[in-house]
Amino acid sequence: MVAQAIFYLLAILIVGSSAIVAFSRNIVHSTFALLGAFMGVVGIYVLLAADFVAMVQLLVYVGGILVLTIFAVMLTQGIADVSISNRAVGRAPALVISAVAAAVMIFAVFKTPWHQGARVIVNPTTYGIGNAFLDTYALPFELASIVLLAALIGAVVISRPVDRRTQSQ
Amino acid sequence: MPAGLTLNHFLVLSLIVFAMGLFCVMSRRNAIGILMGVELILNSANINYLAFALYGGGKYDGQVFAIFVIMLAAAEAVVGLAIVLAIYQDLRTIDVDATETLSG
Repeated sequence: MVAQAIFYLLAILIVGSSAIVAFSRNIVHSTFALLGAFMGVVGIYVLLAADFVAMVQLLVYVGGILVLTIFAVMLTQGIADVSISNRAVGRAPALVISAVAAAVMIFAVFKTPWHQGARVIVNPTTYGIGNAFLDTYALPFELASIVLLAALIGAVVISRPVDRRTQSQ
Repeated sequence: MPAGLTLNHFLVLSLIVFAMGLFCVMSRRNAIGILMGVELILNSANINYLAFALYGGGKYDGQVFAIFVIMLAAAEAVVGLAIVLAIYQDLRTIDVDATETLSG
């Protein structure tokens, strides 16, 4: 009963924030509504007994990606001018396609007899995740660090101002 | 698993978030708005991963994949926003309809 109440509160928070992100005319409102969506998803992760993933989500999404997005919004353009800052075209077809896709997939979810495992006893997950990373998923784990390094260097190279002297030669 | 909640609760929630992200990606003309829609879609995929991880027997594979998705989302956001800023430096706009230099 308590879990249901928490779930529905979090669902209202997530769906409301996502709606503002998707439908708001002001890009700044969209950006800050993203905070509500990410925080609600953190709560859902905790409800799903994924304590470590919830904390990673909090650190990476809220602490990293969201701050980066706010920086990018503030750095790019005249945010006060709504018609320039967050122009949206083709809303009606996009709405129809999204609604149809969602309806079809929700129908499929209810029609599918999902295989469900036995009822599990929930434990802290860090021990198991750490073992999985260093055992089964050791190679993807190392590849992930290479991807992050490449993203780091790529971001610096791409966003650096163009040097006009070298470009003219 | 949480009392009174079934797998379908979480799947339907994630599908609604996915539909919002899809709408955001299709209708926005601001490049940063499109990236926000992609973040919503990745979050909905992660909810699915964790729901199946819990209701499918409590293995750690789903959680590990969710962490990989978060890592790739971070890399995608960093590179995507760097590209947006580079486009803004050149063209003074990030409207994806205006950036048609390559379309000939």
